[in-house]
Amino acid sequence: MNTVLPLLPGSPASPSDLPDAAREHLPTTPFGLYVHVPFCATRCGYCDFNTYTSDELGPGANRAEYAGTAIAELRRAAEVLGPDLPTVSTVFVGGGTPTLLPAEDLAAVLAAVRELFPVDPAVEVTTEANPESVTPASLATLRAAGFTRLSLGMQSAAEHVLAVLDRRHTPGRAAQAAREAVEAGFGHVNLDLIYGTPGETDADWAASLDAVLAAPVDHVSAYALIVEEGTRLARRIARGELPLPDDDVLADRYVQADTVLRGAGFDWYEVSNWSRGEAARCRHNELYWANANWWGIGPGAHSHVGGVRWWNVKHPAAYAQRLAAGESPVADREVLGDADRALETVMLGLRLRDGLPLTALSDAGRLRAADAVARGLLDPGAHAAGRAVLTDRGRLLADAVVRDLTD
Amino acid sequence: MLRDPGRSWDHGSTVTTPAATDPARIRNFCIIAHIDHGKSTLADRMLEVTGIIEARQMRAQYLDRMDIERERGITIKAQNVRLPWRVGDSEYVLDMIDTPGHVDFTYEVSRSLAACEGAVLLVDAAQGIEAQTLANLYLALENDLTIIPVLNKIDLPAAQPERYAAEIAHIIGCDPEDVLRVSGKTGEGVPELLDAIVAQIPAPEGDADAPARAMIFDSVYDIYRGVITYVRVVDGRIASRERIKMMSTGATHELLEIGVISPEPKPVDGLGVGEVGYFITGVKDVRQSRVGDTVTLQHRPAAEPIGGYSDPKPMVYSGLYPIDGSEYPLLREALDKLLLNDAALTYEPETSAALGFGFRVGFLGLLHLEIVRERLEREAGISLISTAPNVVYRVVMEDGTEHTVTNPSDWPEGKIDRVYEPIVNATIIAPSEYTGAIMELCQSRRGQLGGMDYLSESRVELRYTLPLGEIIFDFFDALKSRTRGYASLDYAEAGEQESSLVKVDILLQGEPVDAFSAIVHKDKAYSYGVMMAGKLRELIPRQQFEVPIQAAVGSRVIARETVRAIRKDVLAKCYGGDITRKRKLLEKQKEGKKRMKMVGRVEVPQEAFVAALSTSEPSAAKK
Ligand SMILES: Nc1nc2c(ncn2[C@@H]2O[C@H](COP(=O)(O)OP(=O)(O)OP(=O)(O)O)[C@@H](O)[C@H]2O)c(=O)[nH]1
Ligand SMILES: C[S@@+](CC[C@H](N)C(=O)[O-])C[C@H]1O[C@@H](n2cnc3c(N)ncnc32)[C@H](O)[C@@H]1O
Ligand code: SF4
Ligand SMILES: [Mg+2]
Repeated sequence: MNTVLPLLPGSPASPSDLPDAAREHLPTTPFGLYVHVPFCATRCGYCDFNTYTSDELGPGANRAEYAGTAIAELRRAAEVLGPDLPTVSTVFVGGGTPTLLPAEDLAAVLAAVRELFPVDPAVEVTTEANPESVTPASLATLRAAGFTRLSLGMQSAAEHVLAVLDRRHTPGRAAQAAREAVEAGFGHVNLDLIYGTPGETDADWAASLDAVLAAPVDHVSAYALIVEEGTRLARRIARGELPLPDDDVLADRYVQADTVLRGAGFDWYEVSNWSRGEAARCRHNELYWANANWWGIGPGAHSHVGGVRWWNVKHPAAYAQRLAAGESPVADREVLGDADRALETVMLGLRLRDGLPLTALSDAGRLRAADAVARGLLDPGAHAAGRAVLTDRGRLLADAVVRDLTD
Repeated sequence: MLRDPGRSWDHGSTVTTPAATDPARIRNFCIIAHIDHGKSTLADRMLEVTGIIEARQMRAQYLDRMDIERERGITIKAQNVRLPWRVGDSEYVLDMIDTPGHVDFTYEVSRSLAACEGAVLLVDAAQGIEAQTLANLYLALENDLTIIPVLNKIDLPAAQPERYAAEIAHIIGCDPEDVLRVSGKTGEGVPELLDAIVAQIPAPEGDADAPARAMIFDSVYDIYRGVITYVRVVDGRIASRERIKMMSTGATHELLEIGVISPEPKPVDGLGVGEVGYFITGVKDVRQSRVGDTVTLQHRPAAEPIGGYSDPKPMVYSGLYPIDGSEYPLLREALDKLLLNDAALTYEPETSAALGFGFRVGFLGLLHLEIVRERLEREAGISLISTAPNVVYRVVMEDGTEHTVTNPSDWPEGKIDRVYEPIVNATIIAPSEYTGAIMELCQSRRGQLGGMDYLSESRVELRYTLPLGEIIFDFFDALKSRTRGYASLDYAEAGEQESSLVKVDILLQGEPVDAFSAIVHKDKAYSYGVMMAGKLRELIPRQQFEVPIQAAVGSRVIARETVRAIRKDVLAKCYGGDITRKRKLLEKQKEGKKRMKMVGRVEVPQEAFVAALSTSEPSAAKK
């Protein structure tokens, strides 16, 4: 069981916001910063992220002022975590569409990070970007500011699939943007793909994978389309305008992706992430999966430090208002109990190529792990060496395996 | 319309004072009719016109006192009321009983008839005679009651009083002119009806000086007062604070209260010959004050009871299981409580490999099942699964041993010689153009045509003998849909017949699922098997392995479906740092997994059981 201790909205940032226990491993645990940018030009029909298309969200929450507001929270973060600040090893600017902000604003946020925190010389600094929202010039600015990695939402190379997804870019634009990024000096570029969109064929998917391989990228994320409640896509499916993605088709697509990517030198390192070698992995995401520490800046952003999770108020206006009034933007938090932590460790760790040590499981969980090996879901070799690692088939049933292995 | 409001035996006239009423001034009658023909509404007008209820206390169907009756708009329990009425200068006491119309509650009508000398046979003037009109009429005639035929709802534009008066006259052998006409809505004709009751229905006869004898015609448990027993006094007199004796058991009780209902309980000094009222002794179980039993006085007991009345027998059985297994004790408690009030209910514990611990419950019919289930769920706050209803079978083995089967999973193994199933005599009344459609339906349900009569040129009465098991599923719905809602159905037990019945088992991965077994005629085994296997294929979630679903009779597989193995069970989306959401989702899935029932290695969600069992469940409420 966990206890939810609401933070008093009016309380000023003070070290007491974070229990001593949570601070204990702060200096030795990898630490990352996430910066949420809650703006998009239009909302894609499948998307339920905390993002807004209006530019009249209120003082401090409009695009032009947003960087300043985010920096205000960065200051609070530095105060709460101080005085012995952890070294920032990753920064991830996500969205929404971060590149709807001028590149200079993103640069300013990064400059503030450097000003307020000690930063690892080898820091990974990623920004997400929509293909149509970057130019060679903006990429050059980002690169010069210290961004090292670009993650582009490509989704598909098929025009009709992009149309069903309500994407605004042309099929070739994502690969083109990837090339521009490399030319601007980005060492790591990722493309996001979505498979199983209604109307997508095996051939469409093969073409999307080929397009990815033809682009100069060292990382691919491929996600099965999730029909999220409350989205336009969900309504269209409910009305019968579009069919629901079929699980067997999704499984086929996954196998197809894994085969093609593997053949081209990409190895999976998390259920939906592939990279060319370990150096190309996204260290920021690895930090999440390892249950390390991070602070999420921005409306609705989630943070985790030493077993305490908290999240900010969701709406950009409320968020900006709190900060303007010198108040904490935290909406709520939970202090993880032992059972929660054990569950999360399995839930997160099992999705990784390296899996997790069998010692992370309960006695009953270990028995069921042996059973999962017998059923072809966990790798026998790894199991013999003391680890639970998903097989190829097991990856597609990962959630079921997690449920099995936890009590 | 109100005559002399406020006037009653409480203040005034001695001739109508309880315990001192001259039997010659008493008329005991009940209102009987097909469902919905307006009995309770007519009773409302009687309450008003006799002045025992004031306009501001009035509500529609006043005597439908239970929530469930009011919600469904039907009467389940018969209710009696004592009404004052004056004809000319003479005062009378009318004991009226409003009865239910639904076939499941026919036993309520039977016991009410036993307390009366006459019956108002009410017929909806827009519908005419229907199946329960006839059934209840015949019951009344068997009890030698005086029948007063009445057409109701004459205010309706669609009313055809001439036509239906002729129909009624034809059936009961009176003159169409003798059929009274009333409106329960406007009250038209109601005073005339009360006058006719006084004029036509005989006064009760009894020996006022003989040892007291009163017949129990209803017995109800009330949480505040214990059991309230309704009686009709035949001989002698019962007064308050006397010790009474139950003639069947010899048990004696102190009378804590004796009274009449008018229209709420009113304590009185006593009850005399011919009077109807209630008493309270403090017993807690309706079985200690059984319907049909005779009550006498301890100090001067009668020698002979009045004549028996047997408890209704359950016709239909179903397994009731709490969806949450931990609520089993709650279910037991709730059933025990309901039993206090429902002599028709029987139950015993049973276990199902698939559904866990529950009870096999016997009901009078499907409406009774539905109502009991609803009351249990509502009053005890439990969610229930009920298995498909079945009838009672008698199985004779080759070695001569016999089994009574109330649950398909108790079907005996080994060599069966013969099987008997209960049958009913069914009466169906419908416009004659539907005769063909009805015959086709009855034939497909293994019915034997017993006879056919024309009620009038355009309406026909069909009599069939049908296996009870064939009509407890969707027979009524099928009948309604084939006759555009114009047919009515009544049925009564008619013994048993030998039939070729088999048990169809449903197997998941080779494991039989007891909750899905059914006893069906051998010609229908295949279609049941195909239907159930098909339904389960849709309902059982895909597992990590292939799940064969088979329907089998003995070791012979008659239908097969397969649930293919699941290949994908993973959500892959970047939730950013929102690990909490992911964990909550996982916890929810794990909760869902806990609620799964294991059949061998197959996880079957409760909802699948509910859906598989409920879609074949009939809708019994004939509204
Ligand atoms: N227009 C009109 N409607 C009536 C009359 N009498 C009853 N109704 C309506 O008919 C419906 C059934 O009336 P009830 O009095 O509940 O019928 P019932 O015979 O007691 O029904 P059960 O007890 O369930 O058998 C209700 O909607 C009444 O309002 C009448 O004289 N005229
Ligand atoms: C934080 S989102 C947004 C990134 C950027 N705004 C864009 O759309 O290009 C990151 C990725 O999540 C994936 N995603 C978003 N919604 C999804 C859904 N409903 N189902 C599957 N993947 C989804 C998309 O591949 C998307 O690129
Ligand atoms: S651009 Fe990205 S964040 Fe914005 S609505 Fe589309 S998927 Fe969602
Ligand atoms: Mg009624």
